[in-house]
Amino acid sequence: MHIPDGFINIPTASASAALAVAGLGYSVRAAKEKLDEKAAPLVGLVAVFIFAGQMINFPVAAGTSGHLLGAVLAAVLVGPHAAALALTVVLAIQALLFADGGLTALGLNVFNMAIVGVWGGYGAFLLVRKVLRSTRSAVLVGSAIAAFISVPLAATAFSLQYAIGGQGTFAASTVFAAMFSTHIVIGIGEAVITTLTVGAILKTRPDLVFGMKKAKA
Amino acid sequence: MEERKINNQTTLETQSKHEHTHGHSAGERLYIHRHSPIHELPGHIKLIAFFTFIVIAVLTPIQQWHSFVGYFLIIFLALGISKLPLLTLAKRATIEFPFIIFALLMPFTAGGESFDIGPVSLSREGSIAGLNLVTKATLGVFCSMILAGSTTAHSLLAGFVRIKTPSLFVQIAAFMIRYLNVINDQMARMKVARESRGFQAEGIRSWPIFTSTLGALFIRSYERGERVHLAMLARGYAGTLSSLSVEKVQAKHWRLGLCFPLMAAISYAVGKVFFS
Repeated sequence: MHIPDGFINIPTASASAALAVAGLGYSVRAAKEKLDEKAAPLVGLVAVFIFAGQMINFPVAAGTSGHLLGAVLAAVLVGPHAAALALTVVLAIQALLFADGGLTALGLNVFNMAIVGVWGGYGAFLLVRKVLRSTRSAVLVGSAIAAFISVPLAATAFSLQYAIGGQGTFAASTVFAAMFSTHIVIGIGEAVITTLTVGAILKTRPDLVFGMKKAKA
Repeated sequence: MEERKINNQTTLETQSKHEHTHGHSAGERLYIHRHSPIHELPGHIKLIAFFTFIVIAVLTPIQQWHSFVGYFLIIFLALGISKLPLLTLAKRATIEFPFIIFALLMPFTAGGESFDIGPVSLSREGSIAGLNLVTKATLGVFCSMILAGSTTAHSLLAGFVRIKTPSLFVQIAAFMIRYLNVINDQMARMKVARESRGFQAEGIRSWPIFTSTLGALFIRSYERGERVHLAMLARGYAGTLSSLSVEKVQAKHWRLGLCFPLMAAISYAVGKVFFS
């Protein structure tokens, strides 16, 4: 569920879009350096993977279900630069064609998920990997913690945008409290799914996992 | 004939009423083939019109309600011209529901001055804010459904090129749209495979099964990406896509495309006069 049109005012959306563009500029440079001309097809297929992966519904309880957001999963699997690009394209297509998130809110959504979610989450991952001395289990623990943190982190970024330019009557503190607490629960689910998926891939193709590079097997 | 039948099975059911597709249907999920001036518009004109229209609408204060009547009339005009099936679009619009619920809460929770409708007391401020959210979000949803229904993937990508989207993003989007159906079909096959082994999704215990599916899906997507890249190199790929031929643009396309944001601007001005 992404921010629709008219929920946050245009000045705040424009400022977020500018920040998102700056972050993406950095991601593009890093991706081109790491992937050369391989970037486009690989990131494209990663974008499809995120898009398709978001359609798998994980049953929770009593008929409710949730789905993966995939920011940290993609970052750990292919690197934060490629993940940020893939997620941006997914968000743009969702806004343009699937009416999921407004076109004027695209900058807000990209900033929250593709920049804050991916790079913030990956920062946490690197930190954990450093502390746990780069082993296979460090990659798993790092994925779990990073995935868990990335979701309330993106929710916090949203709350900040709402506090600056929100067009609702709920107090910013109420929105923050509600967003933060629900997204901590969602973050737990995200952490479990991300860790299990990274674990499943590490079993068969550890060479594909970006977060394993420079880590000891 | 046989070939088209197979093609049609994989595309959306919406095409059953209007069978011929001139080959536009390959890999399209949301596109609904019709012969209309909106369908004929080049992608970049539609993108520019969509963006300008929705920016004008979002910038309009909700108290200036005459303008919004105009915006909805413009949307219905575009819908009428596009000949898109309204029922199919209405089904797609259900994505907006969670925000409508959010907006419906506002009149009951916000404080300040209140007014009564029958036995319920509603906050004036909350009602205005809720109405603001629903109205603008609905306009955005309509725009994106018209774009999705009337634009082929190829036209959209050519449009991205025309509005000077950085090449890397256009290419990523091109690969994403191209392989979306392939990967989706792969996922559907994995679902059939899971279920034929007797798997039933029940609660959190089933998660490891789903995540191993996700893992396999990633490995297959990644390997496909590598294969596609090698195939492209073999055909002489050097970092840019040359296959996105640019559509022919005529003056009448610009006239029609820009007439929607222009009407919105007029609607804005008229609403402002009434409001002040």
